[in-house]
Amino acid sequence: MTGEPILQIKEVTKTFGGIIALNRVSFEVNRGEILGIIGPNGSGKTTIVNCITGFIKATSGHVYFHGKEITGKPPHKIADLGVTRTFQIMRPYYSLPAYKNLVIPLCSPRARRTGGWRGGGRLGDRNTVSIDIMEEIGFERDSYVPYKTTSTLPTGYLKRLELARCLALKPEMIICDEVFSGLSMSEIASMVPLIERLQMDGITLIMIEHRLRELFQVSNRIMVLNFGEKLVEGSAEEVMADPRVKEAYFGSEDIEEVMSHA
Amino acid sequence: MEILIYGTINSVALALYALGFALVYGISRLPNFAHGALYVLSGFIAWSAINTLGLNYPLSILLTMVVMAVIGALIYYLFLIRVRGMEISEIIASYAIALAILEGLRWGGFRGMTYTLPAFIEGSTAIAGISVDYQRLLVVGFGAVLVIFLWLFTHYTRIGLALRGMAQDERAALMLGIDSDIMAVVAMGLGSMLAAFAAILLLPLGNIVVESGYNVLILAIAVCIVGGIGSWIGAVLAAFLIGFAQILTVVYLGSHYQMMVALLAIILTLIIKPSGLFGQQKELEERV
Amino acid sequence: MNTAAQQRRKERIDRGIKVRTDGLYALMSWRELAYLIAPRSILIVGLLILPLVMPGRYWPRVISIACIYALVAMSFDFLAHYVGLVSLGGAFFVGIGSYLSAILNTSLGLPPLIAVPVATLAGGAFCTLVLLPCLPLRGVYFAIVTLMYPLFMARLIEALDIVGGTDGIMGIDSFPSAWIEQYGVIVMVLIFLFGLRRLVNTDFGLVLRAVKDNDQAVKASGMNITRYKALAVFIASATGCLAGACLAHIYMWTGISTFALDFSILPIAATVIGGSGTLVGPVLGCLILVPVSELLRDFGTLRIVFYSLILLAFVVFRSDGLMAYGQRKYDQFERWTKI
Repeated sequence: MTGEPILQIKEVTKTFGGIIALNRVSFEVNRGEILGIIGPNGSGKTTIVNCITGFIKATSGHVYFHGKEITGKPPHKIADLGVTRTFQIMRPYYSLPAYKNLVIPLCSPRARRTGGWRGGGRLGDRNTVSIDIMEEIGFERDSYVPYKTTSTLPTGYLKRLELARCLALKPEMIICDEVFSGLSMSEIASMVPLIERLQMDGITLIMIEHRLRELFQVSNRIMVLNFGEKLVEGSAEEVMADPRVKEAYFGSEDIEEVMSHA
Repeated sequence: MEILIYGTINSVALALYALGFALVYGISRLPNFAHGALYVLSGFIAWSAINTLGLNYPLSILLTMVVMAVIGALIYYLFLIRVRGMEISEIIASYAIALAILEGLRWGGFRGMTYTLPAFIEGSTAIAGISVDYQRLLVVGFGAVLVIFLWLFTHYTRIGLALRGMAQDERAALMLGIDSDIMAVVAMGLGSMLAAFAAILLLPLGNIVVESGYNVLILAIAVCIVGGIGSWIGAVLAAFLIGFAQILTVVYLGSHYQMMVALLAIILTLIIKPSGLFGQQKELEERV
Repeated sequence: MNTAAQQRRKERIDRGIKVRTDGLYALMSWRELAYLIAPRSILIVGLLILPLVMPGRYWPRVISIACIYALVAMSFDFLAHYVGLVSLGGAFFVGIGSYLSAILNTSLGLPPLIAVPVATLAGGAFCTLVLLPCLPLRGVYFAIVTLMYPLFMARLIEALDIVGGTDGIMGIDSFPSAWIEQYGVIVMVLIFLFGLRRLVNTDFGLVLRAVKDNDQAVKASGMNITRYKALAVFIASATGCLAGACLAHIYMWTGISTFALDFSILPIAATVIGGSGTLVGPVLGCLILVPVSELLRDFGTLRIVFYSLILLAFVVFRSDGLMAYGQRKYDQFERWTKI
């Protein structure tokens, strides 16, 4: 199912002032796989996403996509190559109707190249295309939901809208920054098949998650970050069996000792 | 040598212009475009206290500072507090206040070269063969004292610490029981008091003219932008940088270029390093 | 105590809902059609008739000046509320436009009707180029830097003594006839007004509004936001330059005063008073402010005090402006009813 590596991260380091957010992190993502990245709060998960997608510049290190270096390129260039992302804190255009949110990515150069549609042609204009994408991602076409003002939508739909914005670009890769967080169990349950479908469509995914159960269900490989460093990488079982991971999540022996004394 | 002495004096003057603006922006995030107008206004209040009310000089200085503090606080409390946080409205509103004050003064008859404040001490002395009048030396001395005083005030008094807390994180300050609205009013009062202080120190060096209100505003903005928002040391250093650059251009290019230095400093700083030479805003903005 | 107030309350009834929510319906009913067209036609016809009913040669000139301010105000409104770039330097556009047109006219001998469009496009390109490095700046910083540009230009011209120095450029040709002068600017205001209104509702305008809403998401959608901002600045600065170019030919003179704060602050005041974000508001605001300011000319600088106080009052207490109020009144009946 998975193929050759399409995204390679080599020795990426990022410091904010004196704080080391990422320390020489290296990993690879293979075509068509789902890589999960987990780690406690503040372990540098979102920072690595920002470094890959160009929203912040890595202090040192390299990122390669299809063997070509994309380090330090501006975000829109990287998105143009097909590496898209969602934001942990959703960033829809709150004042527009929901479907108009997708008109904006559809205006982008990549969408124009890859979309295979022309404005007003057989496949309709951007509004038509955006409704199509909305339906694909789980908005009912016939309901009023896609036409509502975005600010009135609940979190679940906003998370879908984030994904839809990525899909509008016909991406090769989507980096999901905590798409499950803040959702109810049933919303997550309906989200999981969606992620699986994206993988079947040939899209490579990196998923950053706190919801380990659902993540292990969909992902092929797991990587654990802690304090900006890569702890382990491997299948879900391997990772969870590793003592360092337990330590990172549940605290070190020292703390347990302290707890037992208390 | 001449450049060194006059550069220092000019720099301290710039720092005095800027401190009030920097204080208000640093604490309540209000780009107070009325700062220059307040500066000129305090000159006129001092002038009328001396000449119209016939008070003696120290008393009228005191009166001016108090009145200005009240005016500043009132301006904030009545108008600006309603547009709090909407930066653009704040700019437009404070600029409208500035226009109203300055053009009102111009209409009220304060025109021409006839209005001057007396110097603290008349006369001059010679430093290394260059004559410098006492007032200019006083400017430098008081400027240094003021910076030290402000530093002590913000680091050791309750209210100063509260102001600093608000400057760093308003919500956190709110949770600690600091009333941010009151603090913003206090900051504005302090800021206009500083403007009055600067006016009383610096205006005896020249005439009180309405136009200087606009220039003081530009200079204050220049110092704050170059120094970096929220950095006291940056502001003082930037004052010296611009101060000396101004004196150098005046000496070598002509007085036409004096204001251009400040304008160019603003434009270039914002283009090249918007956080200023010593600010840390950009690192924060980079984060998503 | 409040018996009168208790027995009466203000009732609001919406009208025209059908047209407002369901556009096609307007085509089926003269009433609804009129409802839609009336405000627009009042504006268009009113603007066109205005110079005819104005007495003398002085007041038509005031209308021209008001229209020029209206162009600048529209450019401010467009940039501030549809792109999120608040430019306090309208005077920069006006100054560049008027100087360019003046130079084209006096040095190259181009007639005004050619010099004005050329100055508009070239000026727009020039302003965009100069503002390009500032585009990543946000909010206050962009506002401050744009405020400094016109001041800097004025000082530069003064210090270097180029293009006429403090005297300005004199002997610029006027428009071929008074009619062209009068109706040229009015038609331009109408074209730009309806053009910009159309533009902000196209997909391009949608992207601009998205840039204002949240630029990170636009970046993540693979779009170069600097390019879009630059295009928007070009449109806005070309509008401002057009105003400046017309001004030069109306006054047959240009000088440093075109960079003065008047051209930065009055359009902003007009926008705030008329209703920001509506594009019509600024035009309305200018048509009110400029004549009022002319009436108060005898009071000297007191008129600046006057309109800065109005501006302050509107910014602080009525920030949605006259248009929002007018629209509400137009869309709703109000009447007192007994309880």
